[in-house]
Amino acid sequence: MNEELSYAYAVVRPTPDLAEGPVPGVTGVASGAVRVVGAGALAAAVGSVPRSDFSEAALKVRLEDLDWLERVARAHHGVVEALAARTTVLPLRLATVYVDDDRVRDVLRRGEETFTRMLDRLTGHVEWGVKVYAEVPRAPAAPAADDAGASDPGRAYLRRRRQQREERGTAWSEAAEAVRRIEAEAGEIAVRLARHRPQQGRLAVGTGENVANDAYLVPGERSEEFRDRVRRSTRDLRGVRVEITGPWAPYSFAVLTEEPEAPGEVGGP
Amino acid sequence: MAASDPTGPSAAHPLSPYGQTQGANLADILERVLDKGIVIVGDIRINLLDIELLTIRLRLLVASVDKAREIGIDWWEHDPALSSRAEPRQELEEENARLRAELESLRARPVARSGSRSELSEGSTNRRRRTTAPDDGRRAAAPERKAGRRAASEGKKSRSRVNADRDVEDDDRDTD
Repeated sequence: MNEELSYAYAVVRPTPDLAEGPVPGVTGVASGAVRVVGAGALAAAVGSVPRSDFSEAALKVRLEDLDWLERVARAHHGVVEALAARTTVLPLRLATVYVDDDRVRDVLRRGEETFTRMLDRLTGHVEWGVKVYAEVPRAPAAPAADDAGASDPGRAYLRRRRQQREERGTAWSEAAEAVRRIEAEAGEIAVRLARHRPQQGRLAVGTGENVANDAYLVPGERSEEFRDRVRRSTRDLRGVRVEITGPWAPYSFAVLTEEPEAPGEVGGP
Repeated sequence: MAASDPTGPSAAHPLSPYGQTQGANLADILERVLDKGIVIVGDIRINLLDIELLTIRLRLLVASVDKAREIGIDWWEHDPALSSRAEPRQELEEENARLRAELESLRARPVARSGSRSELSEGSTNRRRRTTAPDDGRRAAAPERKAGRRAASEGKKSRSRVNADRDVEDDDRDTD
């Protein structure tokens, strides 16, 4: 039995820069080299991975291991980015694995029409992530200076509580306003919007409560404008933090849909 | 490991103008490489539902599965929309129902009692499951597709995605 499997990272159109054969300077999952495997008008970036880690049974166990998952995810992402720097990519989901390169070619041939349509749609576009956080005060506000000497600590306490409640309310409504403004502003430039779930829990880094986690598909040449306008639109809002990430390869828009979308439409898939 | 300390091996490519996201936070990367991207069925069939569960779990965070169970967040194991592991559960539930019915009929013999008791316990289970599910609203779409051979229960909710997948997937070649 073949000890190695073919891990596919992304579908691309072959270019002179990305012709059949090894892709120099790019390291993939399991520290493996990356090669271009072509079929017809399409090609896939593929790497060899050990069966011992990527068989069905092994993967099931491995995916539970966050350290392993992180290594694979970052390596996968690294390859996709390296490709995206050279051409339009259709990123494949993590751990799309075939027994050999011929099987990858089969898949390319079978999906040629769909892949081509999607590549056409994504050409010249990048993805920007925009997250909005409400900086909701958690700890009770520190006692104001005049509270210290206040004759009525009970009243001072209640005042602090009310102030805290008001601040929380403000943070939420400001965040909602930020989301509205960003959508309006971004919608003028972006051609598509994809929503991710707000981040929470251990992997969510940074302060505040994530209230929106969206991705926009933006024409590459308007990236700067996009970033500036999004930033500017919320500058005067307090209690809100806006985080812009990217440019990403168009992961969030490399999603199979039944119908080709109407161009120019901003709407969540 | 810590999410705030992304120490994974860098597969950075020096030529990439995209380099800015190399050091991106793990959550951002995972939600893209696990949750998004083209889904085509590989020869090695990882159940997409497993991935879906994984992302949910990563998100809940929930230090570990055991910890999750401990604090009662184990609904993914029982929700058929979310887990293949839920399948045996159905049989169990059928059996439960059958046993409950038997029990009720036995009880009904000496004294006519209502089934309120069993209804109650069932209701509370459901309620718990629902309240622990995060962001149903935002995540209305069901997991795309069951990639495994367990395609039988493939979903009512994700019809369009499933159909679209059919264009490009290779359904029947089982190679392992």
